[in-house]
Parts: sequence; C-alpha cells; structure tokens
Amino acid sequence: MNHSSIIRASALEYVRGVTSGEFTAEEFLSETLSRIEEAEARYNAYLHVEDGQKLLARAREIDRGIKSGQKVGLLAGMPVSIKDNICMRGSRTTCGSRMLEGFVAPYDATAVSRLNAEGGIIVAKANMDEFAMGLTTEFSAYGPSRNPWNTGYVPGGSSGGSAVAAAAFECVASLGSDTGGSVRNPASFCSVVGYKPTYGLVSRHGLVSYANSIEQIGPIARTVSDAALVLGVIAGRDEHDDTTADATPATDYLEGIEGGVEGMRVGIVDEMTEGADPEVARAAERAAGNLEAAGASCERVSLDMVGYSVPSYYTITAAEAASNLARYDNLRYGYDLPLDGYEFNSYVAEARGRFGPEVTRRMILGGYVSSAGHAGRYYLKALKVRAKLTREVADAFASSYDILMAPTVPILPFRIGEKTDDPVSLFMVDLNTVTANLTRRPAVSVPYAVSAGGLPIGIQMMADSMQDRTLLRAARALEMRRPPLPEVPD
Amino acid sequence: MSGDAGGAGAAAASGMAAPRPVIGLEIHCQMTSLKSKLFCPCRADYRGMGPNENVCPVCMGMPGTLPRLNAEAVRKGTMIAMALGCAIPERISFFRKNYFYPDLPKNFQITQLDMYGDTSIGGRGSILVDGGAVGIRRVQLEEDPGRMIYEGASARNHISLVDYNRAGTPLVEIVTEPDFEGPRQLRLFLQMLSDMVENLGVCNPALEGAMRADANVSLEGGNRVEIKNISSFHDLEKAVVFEIARQEAQHSRGLEVAQETRHWDAARKITIPSRLKEGEEEYRYLLEADIPWVRIDAETVESLKSRMPESVSEKRERFVSQYMIPPQVADVLSSDKLYSDLFDAARTDKNARELANIITTDLMGLVMAAATTEPAPDSDAAGGDAQKKRDDPASDVISVDGLRELADAVASGQMARNSAKQALHEMTKTGKSFSEVSSEMDLGLVSDESELLGVVRSVISEEPKAAEQASSNPNTINYLVGKVMQKTRGKADPQVTLELLKRCLLGD
Repeated sequence: MNHSSIIRASALEYVRGVTSGEFTAEEFLSETLSRIEEAEARYNAYLHVEDGQKLLARAREIDRGIKSGQKVGLLAGMPVSIKDNICMRGSRTTCGSRMLEGFVAPYDATAVSRLNAEGGIIVAKANMDEFAMGLTTEFSAYGPSRNPWNTGYVPGGSSGGSAVAAAAFECVASLGSDTGGSVRNPASFCSVVGYKPTYGLVSRHGLVSYANSIEQIGPIARTVSDAALVLGVIAGRDEHDDTTADATPATDYLEGIEGGVEGMRVGIVDEMTEGADPEVARAAERAAGNLEAAGASCERVSLDMVGYSVPSYYTITAAEAASNLARYDNLRYGYDLPLDGYEFNSYVAEARGRFGPEVTRRMILGGYVSSAGHAGRYYLKALKVRAKLTREVADAFASSYDILMAPTVPILPFRIGEKTDDPVSLFMVDLNTVTANLTRRPAVSVPYAVSAGGLPIGIQMMADSMQDRTLLRAARALEMRRPPLPEVPD
Repeated sequence: MSGDAGGAGAAAASGMAAPRPVIGLEIHCQMTSLKSKLFCPCRADYRGMGPNENVCPVCMGMPGTLPRLNAEAVRKGTMIAMALGCAIPERISFFRKNYFYPDLPKNFQITQLDMYGDTSIGGRGSILVDGGAVGIRRVQLEEDPGRMIYEGASARNHISLVDYNRAGTPLVEIVTEPDFEGPRQLRLFLQMLSDMVENLGVCNPALEGAMRADANVSLEGGNRVEIKNISSFHDLEKAVVFEIARQEAQHSRGLEVAQETRHWDAARKITIPSRLKEGEEEYRYLLEADIPWVRIDAETVESLKSRMPESVSEKRERFVSQYMIPPQVADVLSSDKLYSDLFDAARTDKNARELANIITTDLMGLVMAAATTEPAPDSDAAGGDAQKKRDDPASDVISVDGLRELADAVASGQMARNSAKQALHEMTKTGKSFSEVSSEMDLGLVSDESELLGVVRSVISEEPKAAEQASSNPNTINYLVGKVMQKTRGKADPQVTLELLKRCLLGD
C-alpha cells in the first residue's frame, strides 16, 4: 500500500496494518491530515481541525507503544472525528450554531473518553445542522457540507460532516448522533455505514441534547465491521448517564458478525417502500433477493402506525428541543450582546432571535405543542402515537421478524438549496428513519447501490431492542451480498 | 351565610362573624443532611462556601450534561412520605417545569408531578395536629434553584448577582390540603414537621433557608391568595394572621378578595400584591426522560420502614412510660434530636429521671446561652461555623460520660441537684471531668450529723421567729431547711438536715 492510498483502509485494515508494522500511526495520521487540508475546500466536512503537531505527537506515542509491545488500545492511533455536538475537553463545541461559537467544553463526553482510552485520535469536529435539527447539513451556521459523490448535492444530515468525512477519507470513522435518522440519513446519501444503537446502549453524557428521549450517538464508517468495532468501544453502562442500560457490559460487537442470515425472518415494511422513488424501491427489492439467496426468508409487512410516525416525531422532538435549548439564554455563553436597554426576558428573547430558521421553527413549534392549552391536541397525542407505534413494532419482532427492512431514505439525494424553503417536504424525508428512534430500536443504514445519476442509495435494517449483534450480522450479510459499488469520485 | 340575601355588607353591618379561614401550606425542606446534590456530586449543604464554588457542569446545566439521581434522596424522601402517612407509589418519575429565570441554570427545574398517575414520592397522607387531621396532598422531590443577590441603590442601576452554590440542592416539597383551622395549628404542624425531618436525619431545620413555606389563605367560599417570600416559620404565622385580617376586613366592607399571589414584606409586616398574576405561568411540563422511572418495590419500602428512626411521638411515649419522666419534660426532650440522643447515650435505668431533668433544665440553658454570646452570623460565610455548633452543641461542651456520672451522683443521693447544676456549669466551662470538678469544688453532699449540727444551730439562732413557729407550721421547717442549704451552698443532705431541725426544734 503506498502512502496516497493507505488512508482508504477500513478500520480493521488500519488496525492490522499499524500493528503489523505495514505503516506507522504517524504516517497514517500525517496522510490523513494532508487529505483533510486538500479536501476541506470542496467538502466543508469539518468545523475545526485539532492542532496537527499535538495529534502527531500522540501518534508517535502510539507507534512507540506498538514497537515496545505495550497495549495501544483497540483503535491503535486510528484517526477519527466526532460531530460538533459531542463535548471534548478544551475544544470548541459549537453544535453548528453561532450561539455556542465560543463555547469550549470543560469535560469529555463518555464516548470521547472511551475513544481516547482505546487509542483513537480525534482529529476534528464535524459539521452539522444547527443543534442537529435538519437532514441536509444546510442549517449549519457555518455553511453546508457537500456530498463527495456530487458536490452540488446535500450530504444528508444532521451528521452530514461525519458522513462526508468518512466517505472522503478525512478520517477512518466518525461519531454522529441520531435523533430521527441523523446518522443513517447522511450515511445513506454518502454511501457509508451509519449505525443507530438501541437507546441506552451508548452514553449520551457529553452529547448536547436536542430530543433527549430518543437520540443516541452512533458510529459512521466505511464498513459494517468498522461500525461494529467503534460501537464496541463506545457502548456500555455509564455512571454519568442513568439511561444507559444495565445489562450492557462492553461487548465485542465484531464477534459473530460473519454468522450470516440463514434462517432469519425479514419483514419489508410496506409503509416505508410504497411511496419511494422507483430506483430506491428497486434497490430494496434486490436487497431482499440478496438476503433470500443467503438463506433468510423475506416477506412484506404492514405497520399502520408508521404513517403517523413523522408528525409524532416532530411534535415530541420540538417539545423536547424547546426545553433542552432553553438554557441558551446568552447569560453564560452566546453572542457578544451588551446588556444596556434590556431586562431579563427581552435580553433572552433578543439572543434567541438569532437562532437559525430551523431551530427557531422547532422552538416555536415545541413551545406551542406542549403548552397547557394545546398539549392535549398535540404533545400528549404524539406520545400516544409513539406508544402505539412501539407496541406495533414490538409485536412484529416478538411474533414474526428478526429484521425489519426498507430503504433508509425514500428518495435520492437532492441538490443543495432544493428543499430549504419547503420544510414539510423535508420532514417527509424522515419517514423511514424516525420509527427506530421513537421505538428506541437499533437501526443501520448499509450502502447498497448508486443510482443511474451517480447518487448513493442505502438500505435500512432495524432489529428489536438490545438485538444489536443480530442487526450487525444481518447488515454484514447484506454488505457481502450486494452488487459491487463504484469508488467515490474525487 | 353566603346565602344571606343581604350579602357581605349586610352581614358586616349586623356584626356577624366573617367566614372561617381556610389555610394550606407548601413547605420546601432542603435535605441538608445528604452528602450530595439531587443530580450531581456537589455538596447538598452549600453554606460557608464562596460564591459559585459548589458547582459542577451538571448543576450549572452545561451543554451535554445529564442529571444523575441521588438514590439516598429517594430513600430519605420516601421516609418523610411514610412519616406523613402517605401512600408510596410503585414507581416514581420526574418532570421538567419550564420557565425562564436567571437563578435556573437550565431554564427548567426538575421536579415531580402526578401527571400520569401518582408518581411523586408520596401522596394522600394525613397527620394529626392539635387534635385535627391535616391532609398531605403530595410529597415531591425537586431541585433548588440558585440564589439571586441584588445590589445597588435604585431599580435603575441595580446589579443582579447569581450564586449557583444552591442550584440542585435536594428539596422535599410537602403540599398540604387546606385543612388548617388557624395559626396555632399551623405553628404546631410546622414544629412537628421540623422535628420530624431532623429526627429522620434529612434536614437540619436550624440552618438559614433550610425550611421555607408558602401559604394559601382564603375565607371559606372566597378566592384563594398565595403568599410567597416568607423567610421563616415565625414570619409565616405573622403573614397568615395578617392575611386573614386583611381578607376579613375586605369581607366586612363587602369587597371581594382578589385571587392573586402576594409577597410577605418582612420589614413592614404586611403582604403586598406580587407583580405576576396567578395563572399567568405556563410551565409546559414534560416528562424528564434523562431520569428513568424508579421502581420502589414492597421490599424497599419494608427495609426503609425498618430503617426509620423512632418518631418523636414514639420517643416521647417511651420516655414517659419507661423512665417515668414527667410528660412536660418528655415533650421538651423528645422534640430535640440532639438532646434526646444525648439522653439515650447517657441514661441508665436508675439515672434517667435526673438525667432528663439535668438536660432540660440546666444543659439546654447553658448551651443556648453559649450560642447567643457567639457573634451572630450575618452572612452565608458564617453559616458554616454556626452549623458546626448546631451539629454538636451539647457534646462540644460536655461528654456523654461526664453527663452520666453527674446524673448517677444525683440519682444515688451523693450530690444535691443544686450542686449538680454548679458542677455542670464548671464542667462545661473548663472541660474538666466530673471527678475533677466534684473533688475540686467540694460538691459532695454533707450528711455528717456533727458537721451539719453546727450549721443547723446557727440557723436557728439567726431565725428565732421561724424557729418558734416551727411547731405549729410545718412549712416553716422547709424554710429553715432552705436556709441551711444556702449556708452550705446546697451541699447539705436535705434528709439529714430535716431530721436535725426536727430534733432541735420539736424534740423528736
């Protein structure tokens, strides 16, 4: 492997290569940093890149460790990046917002400290829609990221920066966060793997909350196994997050991943395929055929409540967002806004008036749907829909299926600016992904094909709670059986 | 009376009494005895620390932080609920109360609510106060906000400072039914509650701001007024008395009492209308998804029950029935955890009565006197010292052993009560042991007849009138015993003295 191509290595290839002496961590990192410098002008995947000299010093430390036979962790100096809503001590965490432009986190998120503990080298903070609200990365206050498959197109979102970075070799893997598809959607649009764990599997400590009852940090990587490797590093009970599940000892999610789908029962969800773009729908059919050829049984299944999932999702997330973002009152972080001429409420209103359009929209919506006069018609009804949807999905898993499958996004990636003025049609892009969040089930997007126009298509698989290993095994089987994918253009 | 065609004005003119007052309370009690805040490891008792020293990313509401529920707060909250006769729900949940205020780091407060069934730590309780039942509507756990400090002379140029040391301090809120019949029952309830939380090891009510209360006052059938900003229980009673009088005056003039929130102005001793109208608040309550529901199973309840310390009334009952302590003394002793603990540590079956007597009549007075001669704490910074005193005031001044020996000496007749008082004073002042003090001060009883006879004779010669009346009036003999006591500075054995006097005067 020559130096210009080593950075195309998967995570597993990286670990093998660096520990066997094929290349050094320093070489790999140095190549990655050059790649970032060269690629960023086109993609805008990152909001800030960490100090190169410090990173290289860390890589040399890992190299010395490898040479002297010390433990260097599962990631052994692997360059990774994290979405900019994940806190890292001493580093800016802006959440893609001007409101947090000067905010330097005083602590590490649990996911960050676990990456560090396993020898991961966090090279950059990735671009995102402001406070993770959006699915194109166009709502970043720092400009949109661009899809490496066609820079005129959106990369998806809200973890668009992470997906672009993984797809364009600006890191080996990245962490995103998934509230309604924010890991899977950009993974699908950029032809990488995006994994949304079971709610409670990965600690949210240090993840800036948007809709805290449903969101999870999840890995974005170039292969299913890479995602499993990173998941194993960050998953598990955390004393800083009471919602992390008790019964989750750090598990090796690679174990059994090659086990195949022989005998697995797969349901193709009608409500998630019916209105899909024809090219996308055909990809889902072919994916089912691949799984059947591998020994799974596939059949169509109807989940009525999916039709109500998007309104329920937007109502709940808006209500939670309005509460979670209330702390940005400009008192302790925010704009350089002099106090003169304001009292407390008008000052807060002035500062909050500077959020971007999508955040503003959801804050107003959230305040409205959860207010005393309207909660019954909106927020409480949305909770009922969520409960019914959860029952329906739980029943499907309990009685009939190991995996529920559908396209990750019902449509192909679209042009930058194409839908920014049409929030309702943007909301429908979430149709296939929000069910996993509302029901707290694990789901993954696997790159499956590229359209005639050269745009990626991803397939989503979902499993029952805490069946993350089953899900990874099925995703790996699809990855092995799918037709060959073209290389990402550069 | 409201059915009276003449209306309120006519009722007043005819001199009829106003409708009876209806009073309810909301009490906030800080769990000062816990080690940490409700959702983070910072100290639950922030007193004595510099501004914003007792904070961490969690209680400051920094982006990305999550609350971690203090399990001991749940246990102690459950104990309070049980002590108030409440039903304990199978599982509890937390809610966010959303509103903007500078003392609230997240701009929402994590609290409890019975929005989806009974999920507060306790509810539907009842407690007997002064012969009347007071209903407990709800007991809930919540976090205290920070503290606002206003500086500057006028409203135009004032500065608002925020100290977040208090933010996240565990609070138990106790909401009563509007069952109070008057200020007296209110006072007794608050005293009982204050004794209870101290006895349960939850709160030190002596700490400034540790227990706070809002009151709801109305006249039967009339609008409800909420009184806030009451800083002490003493003021609460005054505020309620004032508010009842104000509403009665309104009523007697035929005016309707407005439904509103009023603030207690401690300086002027009146309630004044608050700027915010009641019902204006919109809290957008949401389930707090960061804290999973906590199951409180029967087993937990049973184990907490077994951990519950003896209640104040049980303690009082034990003191009376087991040690024959007079009820009034038992009242005083049982209602103070520190002294009753000291009593239980130093008591024996024989010395109990005398020990109770020494503690309640002498020791409490000495400790109180010592405390009031200390410079008064004028700020939070001094609060820490004051608390230390309060934590251990009695054992600071006397040891359990010293107290036991003292009570033993009195109970066995080796020392007169009067001498015991002097010995106690000396022991507390110098820190010397009982044996040192009693030998130095020569406080042992004088029961030697030949020694006492001289004193008796000199008293008889100094009090010829009394000596003469002694045969006809037995009270006179007691007077002379007192004189002998005076001369011996209380050391004379009263029994021996009496016999000697009788022998000399009556020839018995």
